[in-house]
Amino acid sequence: MSVIKSDVLPIRSEQDIVLARQAVRKLTQELTFSIVDQTKFVTAASELARNTLIYGGGGDLYWEVILDGGRKGLKLSFKDEGPGIPDLKQAMTDGWTSGHGLGMGLSGSKRLVNDFEIESTPGKGTRVTITRWK
Amino acid sequence: MAKGQSRIVGILKKYEADLLNDWLGELKASGADSDGRISETELRNQATEFISQLREATQSGNLDNIGTAEWQAVRDFLDGISRSRVAQGFRSDQTAGFIFSVKKPLFTRLRKELGSDADGLAEETWVATELLDKLAMHTVHSFQKTREDVIRRQQEELLELSTPVVKLWEGVLALPMIGTLDSARTQIVMESLLQRIVDTGSEIAIIDITGVPTVDTLVAQHLLKTVTAIRLMGADCIISGIRPQIAQTIVHLGVDLEGVTTKANLADALSLALKRSGFSITKSKA
Amino acid sequence: MDRIPILQMGKFLLVTIQVDLHDRLALTLQDDLTAKIEKTNAKGVLIDISSLEIVDSFIGRMIANTSSMARILDAKTVVVGMQPAVAITLVELGLTLTGVQTALNVERGMHLLRTSLADKEADDVCDQV
Repeated sequence: MSVIKSDVLPIRSEQDIVLARQAVRKLTQELTFSIVDQTKFVTAASELARNTLIYGGGGDLYWEVILDGGRKGLKLSFKDEGPGIPDLKQAMTDGWTSGHGLGMGLSGSKRLVNDFEIESTPGKGTRVTITRWK
Repeated sequence: MAKGQSRIVGILKKYEADLLNDWLGELKASGADSDGRISETELRNQATEFISQLREATQSGNLDNIGTAEWQAVRDFLDGISRSRVAQGFRSDQTAGFIFSVKKPLFTRLRKELGSDADGLAEETWVATELLDKLAMHTVHSFQKTREDVIRRQQEELLELSTPVVKLWEGVLALPMIGTLDSARTQIVMESLLQRIVDTGSEIAIIDITGVPTVDTLVAQHLLKTVTAIRLMGADCIISGIRPQIAQTIVHLGVDLEGVTTKANLADALSLALKRSGFSITKSKA
Repeated sequence: MDRIPILQMGKFLLVTIQVDLHDRLALTLQDDLTAKIEKTNAKGVLIDISSLEIVDSFIGRMIANTSSMARILDAKTVVVGMQPAVAITLVELGLTLTGVQTALNVERGMHLLRTSLADKEADDVCDQV
């Protein structure tokens, strides 16, 4: 697996969520994802960026355009140094929320992408990585 | 070939006709043309062509790397054979067998020429085996690739076939689904239906599943998602053609089709759609 | 800070969302809309989202909440023009916007609002009698 290009975007304000969405949209367009795949991935990015901001107290979005065995993909990592998630299994359940959301952010985003990984250490922070293949 | 040219080169030249006859004998014995998929003449032509191509290529003295330019013609020829074998419906082992069956005639000639020289015979046999194995492998690989191409093309054709969104009436679209539904297909079907709804401004879509043999949990959920997406866009959806077995499966699977309008057949669905759109149908008196 | 304009057409309010909504802007729109319903005594709200390229759970929730709030304020809300890709994504996300009335385009949406207003006025007359 090789990385074709990559960059980091800050997620520190609501405006950053919009900028992250736009950046991800542009990347999915460059990768010529179908319009439905673009929409799904941008929506997942929007959900996760908001989680990073609201629950993680802000963080960064690392993106990579990757090539693996001839197929191209877009990989996003949302990283924060917030309080972390004590019970990952619970957090991944539909309808469960710690804040005021609908509780669809994590479980819903997982359904919108091909690969979904989450690591969280209470007190240290959370990192969610999603990938969509062309 | 440290000791100069391999004897195989000479044998191919000297015994070309004999080799060909023996080989055809082998092919016949193995039943290569027995079920009429390939005619004896065609098989003979292919064998003749192969022997002469092999003779040409071995002239170069390179008998261990078939990836080079001297072997281009042989490779192309074998690719052609593979394609025609795929089209004729042969199995991959039968296709490889075409090349393997030249071994016995060739080894017989080698023994005849090198009978007393045991070391030389062993070495030449080894060279011949390796060479023919590589050529057979190339053939099988090419056979596989051709098959994969055929499968890919058929899949694409199937996907195109599977999304005929038809306009039944002003404001009424229908999607007659046929065959087994998987995630990829359902997604494409769903997208094209939703797009047509926007393009035509149709307020009612009928999904007819008369041609769908079975419905499992995944398919039922896909259907439900399609119905929900159509509603979100502001149109209505009717599912028609649910057969009794499928109705049973849906209930047993515990999929909730509550709130989804279902009709026994396409005619009933159309009649409902027309009624909802404010049309009424009357039979004019003869 | 910019705002989404709300147009008044007789008894109805019309909102066309054309920018990528950030969260605060979405909430401001909710506040503005409810305030305007009260002020104008509007009986219907039409929200055109045909230019929206994504609707995530936050915007989805704003739309659902606005619709519920409007209902309490005696106005009916119709959301029109949702793109197919957006609809598919929302369903996959698990948001079905229950209770939100939808229509294919502005014209159909207006038709819905007018018919429901006519029905309602008829009902109100009955109530008075």
